[in-house]
Amino acid sequence: MAKSLAELKEIREKKFNEMNLRKGKEGYRVVVGMATCGIAAGARPVMVKLMEEVAEKNLSDVTVAQTGCIGSCRLEPIVEVYNSEGEKVTYVKMTPEKVTKVVDEHLKGGKVVDEYTMTVVDGKVIEPAKKA
Amino acid sequence: MKELSLHLLDITQNSVRAEASLIKLIIVESIPDNLLTFSIEDNGKGIPSEMLKGITDPFVTSRSTRRVGLGLSMFEAAAKQCGGNFDVQSQVGVGTSVFASFIHDHIDRVPLGNMADTIVTMVMSFGVVDLLYEHTYNQKVYIFDTREIKEVLEVQSLNEPEILAWIRENVAEGLEEIMEE
Repeated sequence: MAKSLAELKEIREKKFNEMNLRKGKEGYRVVVGMATCGIAAGARPVMVKLMEEVAEKNLSDVTVAQTGCIGSCRLEPIVEVYNSEGEKVTYVKMTPEKVTKVVDEHLKGGKVVDEYTMTVVDGKVIEPAKKA
Repeated sequence: MKELSLHLLDITQNSVRAEASLIKLIIVESIPDNLLTFSIEDNGKGIPSEMLKGITDPFVTSRSTRRVGLGLSMFEAAAKQCGGNFDVQSQVGVGTSVFASFIHDHIDRVPLGNMADTIVTMVMSFGVVDLLYEHTYNQKVYIFDTREIKEVLEVQSLNEPEILAWIRENVAEGLEEIMEE
């Protein structure tokens, strides 16, 4: 591997401290739809942007992961944000630019970015299955 | 797909869903032979033989959200339109291997694309699943192995911002090294 092992170990030392900070904190879990539909629509740049934003803004209690097809392929890339209670907000047709706003307003500020969500009625996100 | 690397990202997601613990991604580029080959090998649960027969048929899929699966079909179409070959082998309980080859300078071959972003996205999306990525370019080899990193860091998951940033740079620099003249 090109980058040095020493550098990796440095990260490890740093990470140990941060891991302790992270423990006990219950933050957001962000998942990106990574089935064929999501990937073809641009899930990778969205995921990479999430990674960059989380690192840059030091959001140590946010985890980013993947999920399969969410069932609304025409709305991909889809990003779902779960809070510590397991409540979900679904953002559709995401782009790296939209990610920045979601990170700033939702993950940092706790305020849902309504304009990017699927459907919002009385502040509540309606899932496509329920609408149909 | 706009980049071949997106097919790789897509196909490896199949391995994750097949409960693999290790995915091997091997890319070989040979300019003298004018060949680009991919092999994705996992130790997941495998594909039953009756399903394997039509595995690149869009209407053969194990997904439950709809009855169409395009991942392997599209990868096969990409390889075949570039004068290449495509093959899927699988054994239940052992794993699955996907092989695709492309004529390197074929006019219809889309670029490999951003492998650094692809690998980092794989790592983020794989959870505890390990990845061995081996890229050969005219005899020069770059190897990336998540097991090695986990061993050095003594962690189970690499899905941490600092580690991901390191991985992204490692892949980008590693590939640049093997590809320089």
